[in-house]
Amino acid sequence: MMEISSIPISASHRAKLLSAGYTTLSSLSSASPSQLARDLNVGLQEAIDILKASSESCRLDMPDGAHEFCKGAQTAWDMLSEEQALRHISTGSGDLDSILGGGIHCKEVTEIGGVPGIGKTQLGIQLAVNVQIPYEFGGLGGKAIYIDTEGSFMVERAYQIAEASILDVFDNFGCPLKEIQAFSKRLKPESFLENIFYFRICSYTEQIAVINYLEQFLAEHKDVKIVIIDSVTFHFRQDFEDLALRTRVLGGMSLKLMNLAKKFSLSVVLMNQVTTKFTEGSFQLTLALGDSWSHSCTNRVILYWNGNDRHAYLDKSPYLRSASAHFSVTGKGIRDATSQCKRVRMM
Amino acid sequence: MANKLISTMGLPPRIANVFAARSILTAKDALSLPESDLMALLDLGRDQVAVAVARISEITCPPYQTALSLMEDRSRSGYSGRSLQTLLKGLDEALGGGIPPGVLTELVGPSGIGKTQFCLKLSLLAALPTYCGGLNGRVIYIDTESKFSSRRIIEIGENSFPQIFQTEGMAQEMAGRIVVLRPTSLAEFTESLEKIKLSLIQHEVKLLIIDSMAGLISGHPRENESSSRGSKQQSLGWTLSFLKSVAEFSRIPIVVTNQVRGQSTEAFHYTFEGPGKEDNKASERLESHLTAALGIQWAHAVTIRLILEAHSGQRYIKLAKSPFSPPLCFPFVVDSSGIILLTDDGVEMKGQEISTIRFQGQGILEVQPI
Repeated sequence: MMEISSIPISASHRAKLLSAGYTTLSSLSSASPSQLARDLNVGLQEAIDILKASSESCRLDMPDGAHEFCKGAQTAWDMLSEEQALRHISTGSGDLDSILGGGIHCKEVTEIGGVPGIGKTQLGIQLAVNVQIPYEFGGLGGKAIYIDTEGSFMVERAYQIAEASILDVFDNFGCPLKEIQAFSKRLKPESFLENIFYFRICSYTEQIAVINYLEQFLAEHKDVKIVIIDSVTFHFRQDFEDLALRTRVLGGMSLKLMNLAKKFSLSVVLMNQVTTKFTEGSFQLTLALGDSWSHSCTNRVILYWNGNDRHAYLDKSPYLRSASAHFSVTGKGIRDATSQCKRVRMM
Repeated sequence: MANKLISTMGLPPRIANVFAARSILTAKDALSLPESDLMALLDLGRDQVAVAVARISEITCPPYQTALSLMEDRSRSGYSGRSLQTLLKGLDEALGGGIPPGVLTELVGPSGIGKTQFCLKLSLLAALPTYCGGLNGRVIYIDTESKFSSRRIIEIGENSFPQIFQTEGMAQEMAGRIVVLRPTSLAEFTESLEKIKLSLIQHEVKLLIIDSMAGLISGHPRENESSSRGSKQQSLGWTLSFLKSVAEFSRIPIVVTNQVRGQSTEAFHYTFEGPGKEDNKASERLESHLTAALGIQWAHAVTIRLILEAHSGQRYIKLAKSPFSPPLCFPFVVDSSGIILLTDDGVEMKGQEISTIRFQGQGILEVQPI
């Protein structure tokens, strides 16, 4: 039985409903607008709004899932075929892509965490570049939003990575000279940089604001296919005093991001920092922001050192098995780890 | 932007009044509450709250730039945004021209390894005229451990740039450009920094050095998020974001030093990695192992980390974190003109080795002839 308290209406309306004896959703469903207006002593329009809100809440309860009368719903079969048609954003490393099921997925929120210097920002920049690889070359041909909360985005580095990525595209496709010329105008590091929308965020208030504002921004820029927040942690970790409130605000934020990912069919990538946590008698590394936050991302990837190699571990995914892959950060960006024997090792 | 007043955001007067009546005055007040709390507090419907929050968010959100315009801005800003050359050829090449402006660069290493020597040299370089590779500007040197030595500055200058320091009055002018502050507490430090933040550009300040940050913070371990917080001004996190904003705002390099402490436990692992592997750790344990005094949160925030360490009687400078460079390692010595690299061809290091800080008790006692 759904309670009145679950309807998204104002507190005074809720109080009026309760005092007029409407305590459950089913009691509301039989009421007509005019009857309700009279009982609650409110205007007709207000009564209609309340009924609308209550019927919206009701829909989640529908016993049978046929999607004609359940607006916005999809059958599992439709979802599957849609998923198969979606392309993924390559990380630049084939091994890493394969544990992710082809790359970073659209319509999903992916969290990436790791110790300082492991390559989170590098991966973020790489994704902002790779999302722009034209459709003809196996990419998405989309644009990127980079929300920088730490000031760690280096535009010179983005240029380097874009340059290398363009060369790789031509190498991989070995396309004839004629086609290169046709694309060379579009495939320039400058135009890649032009398609990265950069927000520099200096407080958690601004971070909440930008995420709220994204909906409007994305409606105006429908070709954006990835939103990167680097890092989601920084301001929340140091300025937010009320930890219980922080958890709820963060929860609201991740819900919004998830909705954006679905609505605009784009990928949301959140960078997270690590912290140490005392469990079972020893200190363990874990991602920051606590346990309830860790539930809010669909996918979670942890970048870590394994001996002297950089590895990525898929820690959480709704349908892929946990696995780890070896990758490296090179001058060109994120790539597969190659044999490092040729490099001279000190001592 | 976070403290922008809601009353100035052009909300419908009726709604704006409700916000004011519940003393939700700034964007920060409104946005740090979940929307359901706002509905309850303001007694407004969901749509009204959503529209108001959208409007507040739109105004509070800083404007975007494309990465391209960001790059053009940086190249246009010219002088104020120039890197500080260290005149250590190999290191400058690895860093893409020197210590970059607009970000935090950290020097970490055991005491006596040469961090202060490096800072002294850098402050001199920033003060030097541009034709010697300097930035021709003022330097603010925040000396928390009373290690700054003006005698040593002059000595380094005389040995590295004899032609300048032999010119009449130049030594005085160069040394006169280096302003030394000796705050006794973190609160005093942030207070003085807040005061000068806006005048940094006006006074041609081209470098800010804090030697050492750990000295300021050490009384306030803030590693654990849930630990009780002192006043905001005292927290490492606040200092961090403040320093970053100073760096970005004034487009100057900021160099901070960090101490080390003995590593008390084994290297940290994630739970999924299982118990710590014991393979080649035994040999490493023979040397004393050190870790940076300011913890992970700090390490996340610095853009460039240089580690100075001693190993087998030789000192090394390692580029442990950099968005540009592969992890390189250069052997160095300290002599009368400051730090000198023994070779400009750094050795690329594998994996985690770059971020360990080694220190052999003996190595450091072999005093280099000065």
